[in-house]
Amino acid sequence: MIYKVIAKSEFKRFTDALLRDNTSFGPRQVDTDSRGKAVYQFLPVTSSDDVAFNYTVTASSAKHFFLPFREELSRFVFQDQEWDQQINYEADPIVLIGLRACDISALNILDDVLLKGHFPSPYYLAKRKNTFVIGLDHLPLPDCFCKSMSHHTISTGFNLFCSDIGEDYYLSINSSKAFNFLKEFDTRDPLDDDNCRLVERRKIISDSFLSEVDVTALPSILDIEFDSPVWEKWGNKCLNCGTCAMVCPTCYCYSVEESFATNLKGATRQKKLYSCNLVDFAEVAGGHNFRPKNGDRLKYRYYHQHRGFAENANQQICVGCNRCGRACLAGINPKDVINDLRMEKESCLTNISSSPDRI
Amino acid sequence: MKHRGFTFEKLKIASFDFTCCEGCQLQLANRESTLIDFLELLDIKNFRELSSEQFDDYDIALIEGSISRQDEVERLQAIRRQAKTLVAFGSCACFGGVNSLKNKFSLKELVAEVYPGMKVETMPVKKISDVVKVDLSIPGCPVNKEEVERIMVNLATGSLVTLPKHPVCFECKAQLNTCLFELGEICLGPITRGGCNAVCTTGKTPCLGCRGPSEEINMPAFVELVKARELSLDDLQEKIAFYNAFEGFSNHEA
Repeated sequence: MIYKVIAKSEFKRFTDALLRDNTSFGPRQVDTDSRGKAVYQFLPVTSSDDVAFNYTVTASSAKHFFLPFREELSRFVFQDQEWDQQINYEADPIVLIGLRACDISALNILDDVLLKGHFPSPYYLAKRKNTFVIGLDHLPLPDCFCKSMSHHTISTGFNLFCSDIGEDYYLSINSSKAFNFLKEFDTRDPLDDDNCRLVERRKIISDSFLSEVDVTALPSILDIEFDSPVWEKWGNKCLNCGTCAMVCPTCYCYSVEESFATNLKGATRQKKLYSCNLVDFAEVAGGHNFRPKNGDRLKYRYYHQHRGFAENANQQICVGCNRCGRACLAGINPKDVINDLRMEKESCLTNISSSPDRI
Repeated sequence: MKHRGFTFEKLKIASFDFTCCEGCQLQLANRESTLIDFLELLDIKNFRELSSEQFDDYDIALIEGSISRQDEVERLQAIRRQAKTLVAFGSCACFGGVNSLKNKFSLKELVAEVYPGMKVETMPVKKISDVVKVDLSIPGCPVNKEEVERIMVNLATGSLVTLPKHPVCFECKAQLNTCLFELGEICLGPITRGGCNAVCTTGKTPCLGCRGPSEEINMPAFVELVKARELSLDDLQEKIAFYNAFEGFSNHEA
């Protein structure tokens, strides 16, 4: 990693040049909600003026730039008695500007799952390799709990990360591409004072968290609490709409559909991001459903998020952005569900036998 | 049409309108990009919006509209006798649709208001399945042509015909729309069957549930969220009743 400091005015010149010449996406305000709060999404940007540098958080994550909501995996062409399969892994290069530390952590987790497993995804790899990621630090929102998940800082997975130190950005440069781009612009090596301002900025961010979720030993608590009534309680609130998985930066489950072209001369295989809260997620041939109840489906979402699957060494894949919690119309959020589960667990403490006498 | 030893027969199809606006049938002639391929799948036996020729040897009957007169009942029963597959086509056919609003008033009052001084025979609106057996339902106001195309391809190739089981919200999120509840509106997206690509909510118009309930909707939780946001329960009732698509759910605590 190389560190540089750039004046915000010069950074604007840099982003203008970058965004003008590349297909780029960054945070933009799309609405003001009924409580007067701005709503942001990652949308196309062509100059630094388009980018809401002071944005809070986007409603949906940046996941769909790497895992599109719907993606064609292959195309089949029928000819006489034979057929051809056509596969296209290529992805056009894009610039993504303004990702938060937790968003980049999410990409690193997706890398673990989709690139380091037994069957790496070439579709994901092409998009990941061809995306230039610029991160931007921020003060946490009242409901952000990424610090609890240790995802409030980031050291890999981006090309460039900008820490706001007042008049300047403190740049962490993590790729030769970013380093070479920046050569054309006026940057300087950090001085002692800049380093102090960076440390101070990080401390302010770290001290500003209002939400905390105790996730220590959570995987084993989830194992023990498999039959907890907590799942039914929260499951009863669930609308089965799948919104949580759609806005989540790490939910990667999908369904695959094959369909004929209308002219019957070919077919396509499509991948569609799916959600474990949807009623037919675990439905198989014959209409049998392995998870017929809301509570079961909700439970498995938490299991996948917080207990993890073998593909990524059983690590938790939740980064603590709370997008699911904000988007859930039924008010289901990881903080309350996990705390509820812990309380349920701890409510039995009075019933266990007393500790052995001390000698 | 031949492929690897399989021969696909063209679908012998007829389309009939009852109490409706004929908008769903009109959708069949839309989506020009694939219209020629789509029509290639069909052997149209009776469809007055596309052809003046009429034959009675159809296998598939698309029924648009609801039933609101005795002569419609008899005509529908005759179609049922001929059709191997009878499709309730559009929200009026599937649920009664907007026409069902009529059922809140007395027939006498209605005739006096709409056709003053005329003798008009009418009866309360029924959905198609209230009158004859329905083999397949394709909801929507209007139907989504892309979905109709997919279903027709599946029928022609003998593949499984399904409708999405998830609600509209799921598709709305893929459009990166701001949730209309966040903008202070009641939207039926969380309880309505998807498959429309969230076309209304993408245009910032709340979902009125034209595709009917998604599988296993959670009506108590839905009513609860409307209450928690202090939104109007009257507005909720009006929206739920709009297409008559939530019969059996509509009186739930609201």
